[in-house]
Amino acid sequence: MAQAESRLRVSNRAGVTTVEFADRNILDEANIQAISEEISALIDRADEPKLLISFANVDHLSSAALGALITINHRIRDRKGQLRLANIDPQIYEVFVITRLNKLFDIHDTTDEAIASFD
Amino acid sequence: MTGNHTAIPGATRVVLKRDRTDIDRVIDTILEQAARHGFENGSAFAIRLALEEAITNAFVHGNQKAPPDAEDTVIVEYRVDDAAVDVAVEDHGPGFNPDALPDPTSEENLAKPSGRGVMLMRAYMSEVFFNQPGNRVRLIYRRGS
Repeated sequence: MAQAESRLRVSNRAGVTTVEFADRNILDEANIQAISEEISALIDRADEPKLLISFANVDHLSSAALGALITINHRIRDRKGQLRLANIDPQIYEVFVITRLNKLFDIHDTTDEAIASFD
Repeated sequence: MTGNHTAIPGATRVVLKRDRTDIDRVIDTILEQAARHGFENGSAFAIRLALEEAITNAFVHGNQKAPPDAEDTVIVEYRVDDAAVDVAVEDHGPGFNPDALPDPTSEENLAKPSGRGVMLMRAYMSEVFFNQPGNRVRLIYRRGS
C-alpha cells in the first residue's frame, strides 16, 4: 500500500524536532487530522520531546487547527516535553491573541529564538 | 442576536457537498467578488476565516445531528457590493443556541481544543445573525470594518 504523502517537513537541530507545514492553508478536518497524527507520532518517538512548530509558510488556519495544537500541547506535556511555536504571520498571530491562545503557547518570532528558548 | 435577520435579498445560492474543492471554489468566488469591489487583503483574511468556521460548523456540528434522510450538503447564499460582503450558511441540523456557548477565552476553557468557531466569526465580522432554531448564520463584513 502506498504511504500517504507527508503534510510536514521535519528536521532536527540541537535536540529539537522542527516541523514546518507543506500547506499554506490549514483549514479542513481531514488535513488537520493527518497533520495531528504525523506530529503525534513524532512526539511519541521521544522521551521528553522538544518540538518546534514553524508557521513560516502558513497563510490561514482555522479553529480546528488551533484545537489540534492544543491537543498536541497536552500530549507533549504528558510526556514531560516542551512545545514552541514560531514564524507566525501577523494576521494569524492576531487569531492567537483574540482567542487568548498566545497565553497558552510559548510563541517566538523566529525559529532561532525558539530553539534557544528550550530548557 | 437571533430572529428574522438572516435572509439576504438578491443573493446567489450555492449548494455545497462535503468536498474541499467545492468549499474552496465558493469561498474563492466570494473573495474574488470582494476584491473586485475594493475589499483589501485584511478583509479577505477575515472573511475567509469566518466562512471556514461557519461552513465547518455546518458540516461537522449541524449536519451531524440532521435527520438520517437529510442530505449532507450546506447551503451558502452570498451577495457582494461596494458596501458589504453578505453571506449566509445553512445546514440541515436542528440548530443550536449561540448565546449559550461557553466563553472559550475564560481560564477554565482556554485549554479546551474546541469551541472557538462562533467566537472567531463574531470577532472578524461586522455583524453575525443566527436564525431561530440556529441552523443558519448570516455573516456581514462591512467596508472599513
